[in-house]
Amino acid sequence: MPEEIDLTPTTSTGELATIAKRLRSHVIAMTGTAGSGHPGGSLSAADIVTTLYFKILRHDPRNPRWKDRDRFILSKGHAAPILYAALAENGYFPLQELSTLRRPGSSLQGHCDMTATPGVEMSSGSLGQGLSFGIGVALAGRLDARDYRVYVLLGDGECDEGQVWEAAMASAHFKLDNMVAIVDHNEQQIDGWNYEIMNLEPLAEKWKSFGWHVIEVDGHDFSQLISAFEKAKLIKGKPTAFIAKTVKGKGVSFMERNLDFHGKAPAPEEVKKALEELK
Amino acid sequence: MEQSTREAYGKTLVELGRQNPDIVVLDADLSKSTMTTLFAKEFPNRFFNCGIAEQNMIGIAAGLAASGKTVFASTFAVFAPGRCFDQIRMSVAQPGLNVKIVTTHGGITVGEDGTSHQSIEDLALICSLPGFTVIVPADATEATQAVKAAAQTYGPFYIRLSRPKTPLVYPPDYRFTPGKAATLREGKDIAIIATGIMVHYALEAAQNLAKDGIDCRVLSMSTIKPLDTDAIVKAARETGAILTVEEHLRRGGMGSAVAQIAAEHYPVPMSFIAIKDMYAKSGKAEELLKKHGLTAPDIESAVRSLIQRKKSS
Repeated sequence: MPEEIDLTPTTSTGELATIAKRLRSHVIAMTGTAGSGHPGGSLSAADIVTTLYFKILRHDPRNPRWKDRDRFILSKGHAAPILYAALAENGYFPLQELSTLRRPGSSLQGHCDMTATPGVEMSSGSLGQGLSFGIGVALAGRLDARDYRVYVLLGDGECDEGQVWEAAMASAHFKLDNMVAIVDHNEQQIDGWNYEIMNLEPLAEKWKSFGWHVIEVDGHDFSQLISAFEKAKLIKGKPTAFIAKTVKGKGVSFMERNLDFHGKAPAPEEVKKALEELK
Repeated sequence: MEQSTREAYGKTLVELGRQNPDIVVLDADLSKSTMTTLFAKEFPNRFFNCGIAEQNMIGIAAGLAASGKTVFASTFAVFAPGRCFDQIRMSVAQPGLNVKIVTTHGGITVGEDGTSHQSIEDLALICSLPGFTVIVPADATEATQAVKAAAQTYGPFYIRLSRPKTPLVYPPDYRFTPGKAATLREGKDIAIIATGIMVHYALEAAQNLAKDGIDCRVLSMSTIKPLDTDAIVKAARETGAILTVEEHLRRGGMGSAVAQIAAEHYPVPMSFIAIKDMYAKSGKAEELLKKHGLTAPDIESAVRSLIQRKKSS
């Protein structure tokens, strides 16, 4: 396609909110149908993913391998359902495929698989690897003089992994101002609250000290998210990290901050109740 | 004439870099030892030193490869796959990306640096990953060709190179083909299947044994994965006994993979020269090879006893 076409949609924050609800409903329905999956971390990332796929990313669902596309890398691969929902709503594949999640033969694997799903940029699931992959993609963009941007979404618990900090150091060393790392800071990981399991704080200061431009943002506020993404484009000579304050299970009352739903699908009754709330 | 396989690697990378602008090289603060420094000097924009962070290096390699680059990532064999196995598994092997992990200082011939630096498990680890092509060149001539083949063939490769200078074992007109064993000596009494720098010792042993009328076939099994099944079955059928020789742990290396093929297609008496279930210590390369039973005389005595077994079986 001609490169001069501006693919940035003019979606309003109100429309984004509506879309995010729809994506959340997909997450509930697809994990419910599959009988397994990770709704909690998918819901906490829903507004970030919505903002990216319906406002920020330069992408073309008809041409998932377009060389100048912006790249979204889901490092926290267990949140695959929210990415699949966003891809389907964009037309990367039919919406009906969402109900095949985790089934044999499905293109929608339990964790992200770049060989299976159109639009998935990286195979993930084992935590801590996405930022390193993002560095490679960002360096390739620089080598090829392409102006695409690279967005990597990490979990906060994922920041326990040492590789994240190897990558954080390297991103700043290579001055990757074409890359943004978004930490989905829902403060919870499988075994409990971050502060109980492995204290991350002061998280923003850690990223700053590694040489990043840090923006603290409410990960459920579309205006704040859009403004942060736009600001990040202006930062030169260093990568930008968002510490996005979120709520695990956001949008479904009985899932919010409820660790039971980190890696457990809602039962049929819970699906019904959740979908009712998301109407 | 002697040359180290790592030296051949460094020179070949420069040659490839001149031909192909999409070749990118990564290292983890060992570029002077792995010889990637030669590429770095000529192509500073396409070389990235990742510091002492092998896990991150593999992830960066995967990202570059997913963006269309042919990526060579180098460190010592003890650090890849050892230090970054899961990164190789998920970021490279599972998506089948075009990453060439070329490691140097393989095996115990790294010598004096001792146990921590002697890579004797790397082949077991890397061969366990579906889709990887695994090559252990026998000399500098083959290393050059293996690196070129890796650059020309899409998909993940692991090439294990050595620290010391070693003799050239192939004739000048040798052509390396990935997945094919080279028959360096015909023979009918037994087949010695060796890999890497052990091929030289296998040839020396075969020469000595010939004086006693023992006719050894010598195969250089430089591609450990995928294995040359035809050559193994042919050797088993035509010689009736197989001895494998490698600078790696006995379990999980080339020998056990050859045994699997032989057991399935044409079982014959076999024996295995490799490092037993233990770690080596500091010492000169030659001293360590002797201590761990990886020299020509060790091969000769293993051949003699295996031929006895063959006769009595």
